[in-house]
Amino acid sequence: MNGAADMGGMHGFGPVQVEPNEAVFHADWERRIFALNNAAGASGAWTLDAFRQTRESIPPPEYLSLSYYALWVVSLENLMIEHGLATAEEIAAGRSLGPANPVATKASAAAIARMIARGTPYDRPPPGLAKFKTGDRVRAKNMHPKTHTRLPRYVRGHVGVIARVDGCHVFPDSNAIGRGDDPHWLYTVRFDGRELWGENSDPTASVSLAAWEPYLEPL
Amino acid sequence: MQLRVRALETILTEKGYVDPAALDLLIETYEKKIGPRNGARVVAKAWVDPLYRRWLFEDGAAAVGSLGYGGNKSEHLIALENTPAVHNIVVCTLCSCYPWSLLGLPPLWYKSAPYRSRAVADPRGVLLEFGVDLPKNVEICVWDSTSEIRYLVVPMRPAATDGWREECLADLVTRESMIGTGLPKQVDEVAR
Repeated sequence: MNGAADMGGMHGFGPVQVEPNEAVFHADWERRIFALNNAAGASGAWTLDAFRQTRESIPPPEYLSLSYYALWVVSLENLMIEHGLATAEEIAAGRSLGPANPVATKASAAAIARMIARGTPYDRPPPGLAKFKTGDRVRAKNMHPKTHTRLPRYVRGHVGVIARVDGCHVFPDSNAIGRGDDPHWLYTVRFDGRELWGENSDPTASVSLAAWEPYLEPL
Repeated sequence: MQLRVRALETILTEKGYVDPAALDLLIETYEKKIGPRNGARVVAKAWVDPLYRRWLFEDGAAAVGSLGYGGNKSEHLIALENTPAVHNIVVCTLCSCYPWSLLGLPPLWYKSAPYRSRAVADPRGVLLEFGVDLPKNVEICVWDSTSEIRYLVVPMRPAATDGWREECLADLVTRESMIGTGLPKQVDEVAR
């Protein structure tokens, strides 16, 4: 979606501010929301891509006014309501008012320990042959889905070169909206800086990103 | 926010969706145990061991996994080689994707609008804000983390470190040098 999260190329946010000797968390509630989101996500009630879609769906004025972990708080509230883990009344009351919804499975400490150690791989067996090979020129589609996508606005419509074939991965655009893994070939596409940012931009810069096959068209 | 988060925690634990022990484990792991020291050990090994270095660039996830630094949020990993001619820098314009098992959780600046908006469009300007002034002829490759592939920049080994042990070399490897917004410490910046 064309939301506030898709920031590449925007102006006006000022210089990068680096906090010296920064702590991992800046308040106790940040610790808790970090853990709650990860544990709730591991229960299987929603996917990582659904979490991203929910966060990106926060209206731009609100998104831009909230801190990073405050966005997680709003997202978790919205996800719990959307997926039937809690009602808006329960969230307002701050406690459980009814029975648990049996769709979610409890993520035990042992399951979380396994997730931390092994991760959650996103590669899948290919459904068919890859359409592109290294060196092919491709155009990122001019597409504007209203749901989650991982093709940033700043590359849409621009021409790049396939730099690597990265295997076949879960397709976020489908996974975010409950359509399952729907695996597609994934490629590293390299764009010249000038192709993206115009003739006055740095001639020595390029941007590479991973793009799924449905994002690309042959030239 | 404190009250809102407490409300969510109460509901999730009362209904049995999350295990309080799982919450403690997540916080303990990512606040205390996993941090940029993991990535620094990988880089130091790549500096001294040419076979490991080749493996790291060919199959990043397997190479870091062999040292026990694989897993959550580094399942798919591409290591990026900095050379005198090429400098790599990593961003996630869409949010905050970052190789947790190698670098821990990302710092605020990595997740901030100024970095996310400008790293792709003006990488040299952003690098200057970090005090990195690269020669004009160095090619700058920006990597936007749009998939579950994570990136680890392998910076160039500092001069005058011949014969150094891996443990000492790892002390030169900063978090920023593995994101590409910094360079490793030089020999005169550390007490041996």
